[in-house]
Amino acid sequence: MNISVKIRVNGVLYEAEVEPRLLLAYFLRETCGLTGTHVGCETSVCGACTVLVDGQAVKSCTMFAVQADGAEVTTVEGLTSNGEMHPVQEGFWECHGLQCGYCTPGMMLTAVQLLERNGSPSRDEIRHALDGNLCRCTGYTHIIDAVEYAAKKGAA
Amino acid sequence: MKRVEDPRLLKGNATYVDDLQLAGVVHAEFVRSPHANANIRSINTDAAKKLPGVIGVFTGADINEKAGTIPCASPLPGGKSPVHTVLAGARVYFVGHPVAVVVAKTRAICRDALELIEVDYEALPAVIDPEKALENDSPFAHPELGTNVAFTWSLAGGDLDAAFKEADQVLKLRILHHRLTPMSIEPRGCAASWHSGESSLTLWTSTQIPHLLRTLLPGMIGIPENKLRVVAPEVGGGFGSKLNLYSEEAVVSHLAMRLNRPIKWIEGRRENAAATIHGRDQIGDHEIAVKKDGSVLAIRAKIIADIGSYLQLLTPAIPTLTGLMIGGCYKLKAVKVDVTGVHTNKMSVDAYRGAGRPEATYIIERLMDYVADELGLDPIEVRLKNMPAASEFPFTTITGLQYDSGNYQAALQKAQELAQWPRLLKERDNARAEGRLFGIGVSTYVEICALGPSKIMAAGGWEWGCVRIEISGKVTVITGTTPHGQGQETSFAQIAADRLGIPIEDIVVLRGDTATAHFGRDTYGSRATALGGTAIAMSIDKIIEKTKTLAAALLNSTPGEIEFADGKFFVRGNEENEIGWGQLASEAYVAKNLPPGFEPGLEASSFFEPPNCTFPFGTHIVAVEVDRETGQVKVLKYTAVDDCGKQVNPLLIEGQVQGGIAQSLGAVLMERTVYDENGQLLTGEFMDYAIPRALDIPEYALGSTETPSPSNLLGVKGVGEAGTIGATPAIGNAVIDALSPLGIHHVDLPLTPERIWRAIQEKGGAL
Repeated sequence: MNISVKIRVNGVLYEAEVEPRLLLAYFLRETCGLTGTHVGCETSVCGACTVLVDGQAVKSCTMFAVQADGAEVTTVEGLTSNGEMHPVQEGFWECHGLQCGYCTPGMMLTAVQLLERNGSPSRDEIRHALDGNLCRCTGYTHIIDAVEYAAKKGAA
Repeated sequence: MKRVEDPRLLKGNATYVDDLQLAGVVHAEFVRSPHANANIRSINTDAAKKLPGVIGVFTGADINEKAGTIPCASPLPGGKSPVHTVLAGARVYFVGHPVAVVVAKTRAICRDALELIEVDYEALPAVIDPEKALENDSPFAHPELGTNVAFTWSLAGGDLDAAFKEADQVLKLRILHHRLTPMSIEPRGCAASWHSGESSLTLWTSTQIPHLLRTLLPGMIGIPENKLRVVAPEVGGGFGSKLNLYSEEAVVSHLAMRLNRPIKWIEGRRENAAATIHGRDQIGDHEIAVKKDGSVLAIRAKIIADIGSYLQLLTPAIPTLTGLMIGGCYKLKAVKVDVTGVHTNKMSVDAYRGAGRPEATYIIERLMDYVADELGLDPIEVRLKNMPAASEFPFTTITGLQYDSGNYQAALQKAQELAQWPRLLKERDNARAEGRLFGIGVSTYVEICALGPSKIMAAGGWEWGCVRIEISGKVTVITGTTPHGQGQETSFAQIAADRLGIPIEDIVVLRGDTATAHFGRDTYGSRATALGGTAIAMSIDKIIEKTKTLAAALLNSTPGEIEFADGKFFVRGNEENEIGWGQLASEAYVAKNLPPGFEPGLEASSFFEPPNCTFPFGTHIVAVEVDRETGQVKVLKYTAVDDCGKQVNPLLIEGQVQGGIAQSLGAVLMERTVYDENGQLLTGEFMDYAIPRALDIPEYALGSTETPSPSNLLGVKGVGEAGTIGATPAIGNAVIDALSPLGIHHVDLPLTPERIWRAIQEKGGAL
């Protein structure tokens, strides 16, 4: 009862026959082999699995792969272009915005969406935007610094 | 200094356990008990075994005799605890207790198979309340023990009776330390692969302690230690919860050998909440003997520790740390602590960030505020009155700990300056004049870190490090500690770069693999830099000493004439004619021009055995406002001055402090692990267990003082838990201070809006 899907991930088209119950997160991790997208809760609370689907930040643990048929997906692996880090990645590196790194891919993709909508957010706006992504290591302050840094670098 | 480990984490090509690609890997999932206490009448696995793709289903009867029992490294004399088999036997003892395991080709098939396994349970009354568990008519969490008391432990110092007699007043305060769930964002997980040709096993596991696992696991699963390799790949947070040997690690290892197939198990969030260790959960009745002038004479504490169903690796040690540190940074004449560890039908309690010290600090710092409140004294003055002076260090406490170094007054003063103390008091006055509930909380803490001398540790408290100048002059540093977010690939490279005088880019730090790090006691108790960093520095010093002989031969001099500075060796007085590591390494390995008796190679390793623990300290000052109508707490301003001894990388230290404070902010204001009266876990995932979000975090004013530790040659103390330890009482005290105009003197944690709202209502409401 598999279903055929075509999903473009980081510019590369993946065609696969998938079980209808396959979550997008596992499609990315197992079918595409892109293990930068992490799963932390499977209830769409923690946000570790956040990716961009047609430009929208989506928690890929609560979306089926079949729902993403025909979509363009960006994962953490797609943030770097020609070996250059995205300003958000740079910001996280400069400001020590990560410790264990597990929440970081999802956190960064949420930040990318924020900066596309609002190129110079206040610290409170950054806090609001990141409210759906949990981090247990950093206490968030350096993450907020990182997003501010990226905004100043012109992430949008 | 930016972290060298970050690029792989930022680009998504780091390898956590679930990212491992093992050829032919199959998956494991566990059937877990839905009951807190029940007999297992029968388990029917027939339908599951028939499901296509299922490789095997195993129950306790199939596995327990072959996979050993879960060890406790810190049992207390006279303690009574059950045998901890890897799967449940005839009975389950907590919700989440593993009962059976399915191995199948995919995770999805595993989950389908779980649905087909029928376990017939006979539910029994659960033991949930640790105080009721001590009553005569209580049922037993483990009937075969005939008691719910797992252990008792006492600590005494000084003449308690005399101190209480001398007191003008004895104050009493009961304090609850509620249960917490660590909730690393990466749950646990492991994979094991049996290499049948070599009869050896590799276990990759999301752990803080690969070396301790290599010590403990072989005897359980029946292979020699030197046939087991344990790898902690990228680990997504631990906070103590991955400082354990868990059933799943033993089961997966055993089955990989038994089935001769690589097997992977990845913990789900609900499993993580139910079957990974919890933290805290103590109840303390305290009496404090004081003089009218605020001098604190003595503390008497009776602590009940709800340790849950089993002893995990360090379970009994946690409340003993509370007892050891209960005097905080004060001079007391006497202390008496009696701890009773109680079995209940819950998940085990073990080390969660701070591990007994947040409890101790919360007790003593709440008591100091309580004393000030009752005696009408200034809480800062009460603290200052009882602290040892800087000149009194090393300071020996009444219970015999030797605080290595300190200047508690300096940290307090600096924190007051950073917090703009007079202005803060004025803000409070103004707010109160407007009828707002504005509070200021202080905590002056001391903690015990860098655990520790081997004499106080179950399996060695040393740490190991190795440094190798490669033939090319590049440097490989290997540590026996296991960083999992702390950034020691960077800070250890900094230590090596400074000491060797070479660029940090030329250094690689290896960690977390028992095949490369031959020895290690791993990462916990804020020990890695103080102990592991020192072992690296010692190794470098050995290499420098050895290299002087080689340099002397090449420079036609004698070793005694050779000096080393900035990465160069030269004859004293002739700095022009210098040789660097590149040339020396090449000579050392090519070995054509070695002086007589010079062993080829430039490598040294060291075991560092510390003479004492370290005792970091500091002051946290917090301003909060409480909403009268809703009970909601808003942290307005957070100031912290932490002294962790010499600092290697201030940015990483700041990260540790901020992260630790955030965890305490969660613990004080929102987090609480809840079991209902039947032992059902009500906080089984992030939907029910609130951890802080970006919106909950205040802006910080952070500072530090730097008092070197005499216990290691780097002068480092450790900072992994400082934030958690300093913050709990500071935030708690601030909230109580805010409520004090209403006549509220204590509210138990967590200070959720509901609790505060109820406390306000009891005092006549918000008007």
